[in-house]
Amino acid sequence: MKSVFFLLALLVAALFVASLLIGPAGIGFGDSLAALFRGEGGPVVLVMREIRLPRAILGLLAGAALGLSGAAMQGYLRNPLAEPGLIGVSASAALGAVIALQTGAAAAVALALPLSALAGAGIAVALILLLAGPRGGALALILAGIAISALAAALMSLVLNLSPNPFAGMEIVYWMMGSLADRSMTHVALAAPFILGGGLVLLSLGRGLDALTLGEDAAQSLGVNLPRLRLGVILGTAATVGAATAVAGAVGFIGLVVPHLLRRLVGARPSALLPASALGGAAMLLAADIGTRLIAPDADLKLGVLTALVGAPFFLQLIWSMRRVEA
Amino acid sequence: MTLMALDALTVRRGTRPVLDGVTLRVDEGEFVGLLGPNGAGKTSLLRGALGLLPIGGHSSLAALAPGARARAAAFLPQGREIAWPVSVETLVALGRAPHGAADPGHPAVALALARMGLDGYRGRIATALSGGEQARVLIARALAQETPLLIADEPVAGLDPEAQIRAMQVFAGLAGEGRAVIASIHDLGLAARHCSRLILLHRGRLAADGTPREVLTEVRLAEVFGIRGFHAETPDGPVFQPLGVIR
Repeated sequence: MKSVFFLLALLVAALFVASLLIGPAGIGFGDSLAALFRGEGGPVVLVMREIRLPRAILGLLAGAALGLSGAAMQGYLRNPLAEPGLIGVSASAALGAVIALQTGAAAAVALALPLSALAGAGIAVALILLLAGPRGGALALILAGIAISALAAALMSLVLNLSPNPFAGMEIVYWMMGSLADRSMTHVALAAPFILGGGLVLLSLGRGLDALTLGEDAAQSLGVNLPRLRLGVILGTAATVGAATAVAGAVGFIGLVVPHLLRRLVGARPSALLPASALGGAAMLLAADIGTRLIAPDADLKLGVLTALVGAPFFLQLIWSMRRVEA
Repeated sequence: MTLMALDALTVRRGTRPVLDGVTLRVDEGEFVGLLGPNGAGKTSLLRGALGLLPIGGHSSLAALAPGARARAAAFLPQGREIAWPVSVETLVALGRAPHGAADPGHPAVALALARMGLDGYRGRIATALSGGEQARVLIARALAQETPLLIADEPVAGLDPEAQIRAMQVFAGLAGEGRAVIASIHDLGLAARHCSRLILLHRGRLAADGTPREVLTEVRLAEVFGIRGFHAETPDGPVFQPLGVIR
């Protein structure tokens, strides 16, 4: 199992470097590194430090956030179909972003969009905690999440519907497809504290999630404080997914597929799956982001489109093979 | 020493009490069988005693902090849940979590596996086992917790005869070591044969509490279960066999 972690870490590191080296500016390997580390090469320094580095870091952070929160959500709900968007945080963050785009705030102030998205995620968490209560069960959480997601989706449609300006509408649609293009270090500074903080919270829940393998009663009798575990899952997921959505847009499938792919490899223990899924999510998002640059460099292929296009058939294949094992 | 003391324990579903003012204590060295028809309040008693339900009255276990309670009593719930395809040793090692780490290498894990006849199962995937095997693995998990008291909700339901007798002997063995077990059970024959003491619940109230001979009387069987049975002392110990329905 140690080798799984080692290979995943190696993969993430390789993809991170590849993400730094691949781009439309066609800079050589040596020049890229010289520019990045020593600041030599004029405009190349700008490309490396202001464009590619933040993009690679955000790919790493957002991917890790999605994979980790997906593993935590599946572990808490004891359901392999759970995904981080289930509690309504991604939809609400998207709604916040859409409102920023529609009102023109995003065009006036660069950080208005991610900040508004974070505010949307925050409101969703407050609503979830209010609706599902501090002592409610998993079912209340799922239902509250579905209600909030539906409401956020309806409000997004309303914003699009009432949009007087077709360009704002287009911009909204494109944003919802997810992308890491043209992000700056300011985006990194904004998202990193939430993703790292929320990530630490989620990683700390491993033991409780392990005990939950036996069900809620058995976990409680093993000394797990269920209300606290639940709060940790909600807040950790909200912080990581809210921040990831704020900077990368709506990127689907990673939170669902990555824990699936890695579960058997780490012996299915939720506490081992958490860090593995963080690494796996980072690798998958970095790879997808490199893919958008390689497949159609001029067409501005969107990240969310690619993850769903690659993820969905992959997922189908997985279900197909699972079906054959279970039959 | 008393390992569990319940004082006027009451559990309500809505306004209706499903368990009504039950007072009892379980001491070291006892293997207590908890009997009663469906809906008599057996599960409510066990879960309420652990503080897994909102309760009225007092339970010595529910009053403990979660960590201390997990070292005082292990609980085997009725619903046999194994959510993920983990290995048997990983699952059984979860019982070690209250003592520090869920370490599959701990001697308690090996002992629990051996006690349940699961020596060759260590590396097997728990969710791929049969229902009865899963039940035995889950009992082993509770044994690995090595608590003074084991609380089990229908631990032998659905096991084959050998595994049933084996599990009952393991529980009786724990009592013999100075620990205690309280287990709800529907098989009156197994209860009469292996338990040192029986508690009979009827409509949420304590109907009888004593040795198997004292509890399984004709009058009580008729009143509580609506059955008649055959009861005899044999060289193998007490034997009880339900014979027919009288209502």
